[in-house]
Amino acid sequence: MMIKKLTLSAVAALAIGTSAALAAGDEGHIHDVDFSFEGPFGAFDQMQLQRGLQVYTEVCSACHGLQYVPIRTLADEGGPQLPEDQVRAYASQNFEVFDAALDDYRPAAETDNFPKNTAAGAPDLSMMAKARAGFHGPYGTGLSQLFNGMGGPEYITSLLTGYTGEEKTEAGVTLYENTAFPGGWISMAPPLDDDLVEFADGHSADLHHLAEDVSAFLMWTAEPKMMARKQAGLTGVLFLVLLSVLLYLTNKRIWAPIKKQAKLAAK
Amino acid sequence: MAGIPHDHYEPKSGIEKWVHTRLPIVGLMYDTLMIPTPKNLNWMWIWGIILTFCLALQIVTGIILVMHYTPHVDLAFASIEHIMRNVNGGHFIRYLHMNGASLFFIAVYLHIFRGLYYGSYKAPREITWIIGMLIYLLMMATGFLGYVLPWGQMSFWGATVITGLFGAIPFIGEPIQTWLLGGPAVDNATLNRFFSLHYLLPFVIAALVAVHIWAFHTTGNNNPTGVEVRRTSKAEAEKDTVPFWPYFVIKDVFALAVILVVFFAIVGFMPNYLGHPDNYIEANPLVTPAHIVPEWYYLPFYAILRAFTSEVWVVQFASFVTGGIVDAKFFGVLAMFGAIGVMAVVPWLDTSSVRSGKYRPMFKWWFWLLAIDFVALMWLGAMPAEEPYATFSLIAAAYWFAYFLVILPLLGVIEKPQTPPETIEADFNAKMAKKAAKAAGRKSQQPAE
Repeated sequence: MMIKKLTLSAVAALAIGTSAALAAGDEGHIHDVDFSFEGPFGAFDQMQLQRGLQVYTEVCSACHGLQYVPIRTLADEGGPQLPEDQVRAYASQNFEVFDAALDDYRPAAETDNFPKNTAAGAPDLSMMAKARAGFHGPYGTGLSQLFNGMGGPEYITSLLTGYTGEEKTEAGVTLYENTAFPGGWISMAPPLDDDLVEFADGHSADLHHLAEDVSAFLMWTAEPKMMARKQAGLTGVLFLVLLSVLLYLTNKRIWAPIKKQAKLAAK
Repeated sequence: MAGIPHDHYEPKSGIEKWVHTRLPIVGLMYDTLMIPTPKNLNWMWIWGIILTFCLALQIVTGIILVMHYTPHVDLAFASIEHIMRNVNGGHFIRYLHMNGASLFFIAVYLHIFRGLYYGSYKAPREITWIIGMLIYLLMMATGFLGYVLPWGQMSFWGATVITGLFGAIPFIGEPIQTWLLGGPAVDNATLNRFFSLHYLLPFVIAALVAVHIWAFHTTGNNNPTGVEVRRTSKAEAEKDTVPFWPYFVIKDVFALAVILVVFFAIVGFMPNYLGHPDNYIEANPLVTPAHIVPEWYYLPFYAILRAFTSEVWVVQFASFVTGGIVDAKFFGVLAMFGAIGVMAVVPWLDTSSVRSGKYRPMFKWWFWLLAIDFVALMWLGAMPAEEPYATFSLIAAAYWFAYFLVILPLLGVIEKPQTPPETIEADFNAKMAKKAAKAAGRKSQQPAE
C-alpha cells in the first residue's frame, strides 16, 4: 500500500516538476511533428537524414557550424550512413579547416569535425535538437515529451516554418517575426523556401519537408548514438524482466516454508 | 557486543582457523550477511539495497567517465561530447550516470519517508538517523558538484546561484563564497575544485554508509510494527527473525531488478527527460538563461529557500530584531538548511511513546499531509517566483516546519495510540493468516467444476 502510494506520488511529482519547469516562460508556439525516430522503437530514416544533410550543407552551413560532430560519423550505422568514399569526398569538397601543422587552410578530411562557424554570430547546431524543448502537449500535459522525446526537432521545424513575413528594424538590426521563437522576433532571415534545395531522389522539397528533413538531421547530430541507445535499453529491459521473473519465483520458493510455518502457527 | 543473539562464524578447516586468528574478516562478513532481520519487513525496506546499488553504480560509471573527461572551462563541454560520440559505449555510461543520480534521489526520499512513517529514527536508532541525514546532505552536495562538470548553461548558472547562497551569510559570506569559487566568480578554479570534490565525496559517503549499516546492525532493523526483536535468548530471537541471507537478499535483489527495468527504460528511451535542455548549451557567463531551475531532487528545498521573501512578516520581524543582519536572502538560506535540520533532529521532537505510525491514528493524517506537502514543494520549486505560487510555497514551507516543530511534539501528548502487537512473530503470523484467509476466500468464490 504505502510503497505504491509513495512511488506513485514520486512519479507524479517528476512528471509535474519537469514538464512544468519547461513549460514556464514566454515561449512561442511549437507544433507536433511525427518524426520516425520518436518512441522506444522509433528509428532514424536514413534517406531523410541524407536529405537533411544536404539541406544543412547547402543552406544552414553558410552561417551555422557543427563543431562537435566528426565528419566520419556520417558513415556510421544508425545515421545517414553514407559510403566511406562519399564521406571523404563530401569532407574535402565542402569544408576547409585550419591546420596548425601546415599553418594554412586545407580541405577537410573525414577525420576532422565539421568546422565551427562564427561568421554571422549564429549558434552552433551540433546539439541544438537537445538544447531546445518543444511541444508540451497534448493539452500542456507534457506527455508527448515523456514518450516522444523532449521536442527539440519539433522546435526547429516550427521555427523554420514559423515566419509570418513581417519584419522590423531595431537599432540597425532587422528582426523577422516568427511564431515559434521566444519573444516572437528573430534576427535570422527566413532561411528556407519551397524548392530551395533539389533532392537527387526526387523527394518533395517544399518548405515543410525541408524543415522536417533538416530537423531530423539535427536530431541525429545531437544524438548520433540514438539507435544504439534504444537497442541497449531494450536489451536491458528484456533481460531484466526475465531476471525479475526468475527472482520472483526464487523469492517465493525461499519464503514458502517460513510463511507456511507462520500460517500453521496462527491456526 | 550488543545485538540480537545469533550463530556466529566458526572456522573449521586449518586454513580458516589460521586466517581467523589473524584477521577475522570472514567472521565479519558472515555476521553482517547473516544478521537476524525481522520477518515482517514490508516492501518499503528494500530501499537500502537500492541505495547501495546506486552508490556503486555512480562510482563505477563515474570512474569510467573521469577517464575521458577534461576539467577545464575550454575543454569540459567538448570532452562530454567526446564521451557521447567517440568513446565506446560512452553515451550509455554517461546516461546511466546522469539518470543514476535521479534513481539515487528517488530511493533516498522513499527511504527517508519510510523512516519518518515507521518511526525508524526513534531510540535507540538516533545515530543511524543522524548519519543517514549526513549521507543525504553529502549526496545533495555531490549531485550539485557533478551537475556543474558538463559546463553547460545550467551547470554554470546553477553554480553561480548556489554558491551565491553562501554569499548571503552576514559578514563572512562573501569571503566564504570567494573561497568556495576560488575567485570572484565561477571560473576554471571553480570547475577544478568541484571536480576534485565530486570525486572525493562519494567515498566519504561510502564510509558513512558502512557506519550507517554498523549502527543499525547494532540496534537491529526497525520493522513495520516498531516492536523490538526479543533478545532474551537465541531461540526467542529466531522466532522473530530470519537471517538476512538468503531471505532478504533475494527479496531485495528481486525488487532491485524490477526497479532497474524502469531505470533502463528511462536510460534507453528518454535519457534527457529529467535533465534541462539548456545544459546542452555551453556555459556562457554573458548570457543568463530565462529560468535557472535546479535538478528535480532539489526543488522542494529550493521552494523553501524562495518562499521567505522580504514581504513575509516573519522575515521582517527577524530583520527588525537582528537590526537588519538577517535579511530576506539570508533568512531563505537559513530556512532551507533549517528544513533539513529539523528533519535531522526529529528523534528528539517526536514525543510519542509508540514507534510505528501504523498504530498512531492522528499521526497518520499529518504524515500523509507531509508527504503531499513535499510533492507540492517540489512542484512549486519548478514554478516561476510569482503569485499564486509564492503564497502556496510559503504555506507549504510553513507546514514543513510546523510538522516537525509543533505537530510531532504535541501529538505525543494528545494522541491516544493503539496497542502494537506483542511480538514480531505474532504480527507476522497474523499477516500470513490473513493472507491465507483471503486466498481461501478467493478460491471459494470460484464456481466448483
